Amino acid sequence: MSLAQIVFLVVAAVILGSALLVVTTRNLIHAALWLIVTLFGVAVLYALLNAGFLAVVQVVIYIGAIAILFIFAVMLTRADLRDRAPQLNRGWWLNIILALLTFGGLIWLFQSWTGFSKTAADIPAGFDAVAQLGNALISPTGYLLPFEVASVLLLAALVGAVYVAFSRK
Amino acid sequence: MLPLSWLLALSAALFCIGLFGVLSRKNAVAILLGVELMLNAVNINLVSFWRYGNFAQMSGQVFAIIVFAVAAAEVAVGLALVISVYRQRNTVIADDIDMMKW
Repeated sequence: MSLAQIVFLVVAAVILGSALLVVTTRNLIHAALWLIVTLFGVAVLYALLNAGFLAVVQVVIYIGAIAILFIFAVMLTRADLRDRAPQLNRGWWLNIILALLTFGGLIWLFQSWTGFSKTAADIPAGFDAVAQLGNALISPTGYLLPFEVASVLLLAALVGAVYVAFSRK
Repeated sequence: MLPLSWLLALSAALFCIGLFGVLSRKNAVAILLGVELMLNAVNINLVSFWRYGNFAQMSGQVFAIIVFAVAAAEVAVGLALVISVYRQRNTVIADDIDMMKW
């Protein structure tokens, strides 16, 4: 077993274990903190896949902004934190069955595909993925329009969020 | 080197855990946590298809970046809605938020 495989197995165990805790922990602050562990594991996975820029973005945006936003939201809605009622809906065992069926279906679908067990080609020494990504994002023949549309969406969402959460006295 | 199948299995498992969270959690904030897990599973898929496919073409990473932007927008609006509802109804339990139910 190669080093990359061992690292992958450790990271996968961390991701899945903390993800399970995210969806089952009673205390929502703890769930948000476990989400940070999951997101960090995914960042390590990106680094393992030679997507260094995405690993950094994952840490900065997901952990630095989104997870902190979650912790803020949990604290602002604190009255329900120590919930007397159970945290899960009544039919939660049905949802387990549904999730397992989805997983089985996905795996069945994947393994009937010929490229399923393919391995990655080596990246040549001079290949600069970050420069390529930057070029693709701003070249008109690449993804300039989706990039701009995404920034407009982000602006609209932020203005909308401020408007919705603003308290009118 | 890693086979693609391991990554796809991991992202399928992460997606299903997120799905379970979205379906079973009562708290609206916890439902959004589940959505985040599902979006991360999608991103793992996109990045691994970039790496295992034609990596000179950056489509996979570009898609992942757009998913980042959409996830940030979704969380900002979603949490603003939760806080606004909490202010008016003093609850974040998704079952109790039924103002639009006639």
